[in-house]
Amino acid sequence: MSAQNKDKKAGSKSRNAVIGKTLVYIILLVITAAMIVPFLWMLSASIKSNREVFLMDPFVWIPKEPKWDNYVKIWTKIPLLKFVSNTVFLTIVVTFLQLLTSSFAAYSFAKLEFKHKNILFLAYIATIAMPWQVYMVPQFIMMRSMGLNDKLLAMICLQAFSAFGVFMMKQFYEGIPTELCEAARIDGMSEYKIYAKIMLPLSKPALSTLTIFTFVNTWNDYLGPLIYLKTESKKTIQLGLKMFIGQYSSEYGLIMAGSMVSLIPVIVVFLCLQKYFVEGVASTGLKG
Amino acid sequence: MDEKRAVKNKKIISRQARRSLVAYSFIAPNFIGFAIFTLIPIVFAFALAFMQWDGSNEITFVGLKNFIRLADDTFFFAAFKNTIIYVIGTVPLTMIASLALAIVLNQKIKARGFFRTVAFFPYVASLVAITAVWSMIFHPSKGPVNYILLNVFGVAQENLPKWFSGSLVLFTLILFSVWKYMGYYMVIYLAGLQGISAELYEACGLDGANTWQKFKYITWPQLRSTTFFVVVMLTINCFKVYDIAVMLAGGGDGKLSTSATVLVYYIYQNAFNYWDLGYSSAIAMVLFLMVLIITLIQFRYEKKLDA
Repeated sequence: MSAQNKDKKAGSKSRNAVIGKTLVYIILLVITAAMIVPFLWMLSASIKSNREVFLMDPFVWIPKEPKWDNYVKIWTKIPLLKFVSNTVFLTIVVTFLQLLTSSFAAYSFAKLEFKHKNILFLAYIATIAMPWQVYMVPQFIMMRSMGLNDKLLAMICLQAFSAFGVFMMKQFYEGIPTELCEAARIDGMSEYKIYAKIMLPLSKPALSTLTIFTFVNTWNDYLGPLIYLKTESKKTIQLGLKMFIGQYSSEYGLIMAGSMVSLIPVIVVFLCLQKYFVEGVASTGLKG
Repeated sequence: MDEKRAVKNKKIISRQARRSLVAYSFIAPNFIGFAIFTLIPIVFAFALAFMQWDGSNEITFVGLKNFIRLADDTFFFAAFKNTIIYVIGTVPLTMIASLALAIVLNQKIKARGFFRTVAFFPYVASLVAITAVWSMIFHPSKGPVNYILLNVFGVAQENLPKWFSGSLVLFTLILFSVWKYMGYYMVIYLAGLQGISAELYEACGLDGANTWQKFKYITWPQLRSTTFFVVVMLTINCFKVYDIAVMLAGGGDGKLSTSATVLVYYIYQNAFNYWDLGYSSAIAMVLFLMVLIITLIQFRYEKKLDA
């Protein structure tokens, strides 16, 4: 009898497990649909005519005659190529400077001893909790007096030296055993060599994570360029897209095509680096 | 002999000095940029809140006048209230959604990598692009959401929600933010979950604990520092809300009405439209104080739990 009972119990347990698993999949599918449908809608609307975009009865994802020329028109209606090349330039320079200077500074904070270390680091930490919006106005006034208003250089100065990058890289370097540096020092390696030959190669997950964050933030930034960049030839893709939406507010197909174009670079970068991503977040202490 | 020691001491000092110099050389490239473009403007921002200045003419010290003006500014109060409602709505919802998603995506399930990647898409997508899609999907008269409400759920035409205006607009902003940011916080929770040792769950499983008990007695307490970090970051980020409001509720000219205005919008308006820099900085100080107070309360609470 007890054996029978046990069987019953095991049976109900595995049935529960099956129900649980099914439930998990259903929830996942619903959430995934909610996440992805707006993107599919964007893709679908980008090859539709204005009349088809809101056509619900019957609703089709791919129209009978896809309007691929939406993707051609956007380049001539606004100087999109200029916007894209400005943004590519900015994003690459900012990401490069950010990775270089913050990993450089973080090495010192994590592995070297020097005077005023704690106070200097505190200055970084304190500003992480300070929203940029609090000091964006005086910052603009200062930049203007330095002659940086309406220059791409202003955007670089603004975004390349964030406290966040230093903090993140420092957390990661602290997880690397100090003995590794000590041994290299005894071998007569200079600190610069230790940084370049030992630390940098070990920090792929952290560098990838910082790259994703910096790239995405710079590429997608709207308020910064809105304040600084006034001349049309200096504008970034986000400003351009917004301008486009304002000017051609009823050309839905074109707006969606432009939006698709603005998404592609960040999605490519994210997909390339994502395998390091969770590991990077875990090892940089971003989880707290 | 004393001389010898002195020489030795000098050598040690100079070696130390050299090491310090090397350390500073590592920090300098970042710190110089950081000091000029972040630290100095912050100090400037505090001072400006007590000044009156239009950016070109004489700057004058006015004491607390800017703050006194805030007290009778109804638009400021609307911005303040809306920001608080937005924070109170967004922070807990995003936290719960991202934690739930992380727990599900930490199980051994098929196509886990795909689900994780998709959940992160909204976070990397540009706001301008993705709000354009939302404005279409939730379009009050033509969008598919209201179409479904009308034709499937039989909501009367005149009762169809106007998602981007009136009392509903804050709700839409919150919904959008949860959708956009939950993937990001999910990754942080995933990292936290991977730090919990499997042995804890095994021991608990031997004691016959069910899924809920495992969550309550292991997952939740083990994730406390992660949750703390998530809530602090979420709060800071939610107080900065600006672009989402302007793009979803701003209409063609990007102007926000009192029902959708937020603090950062009013900071921007006063600075770059009215050139009332002192007043704008006073609002910025209110924003800063709010973030500071709430962060400090969270820190105190975390410490109390620690003790």
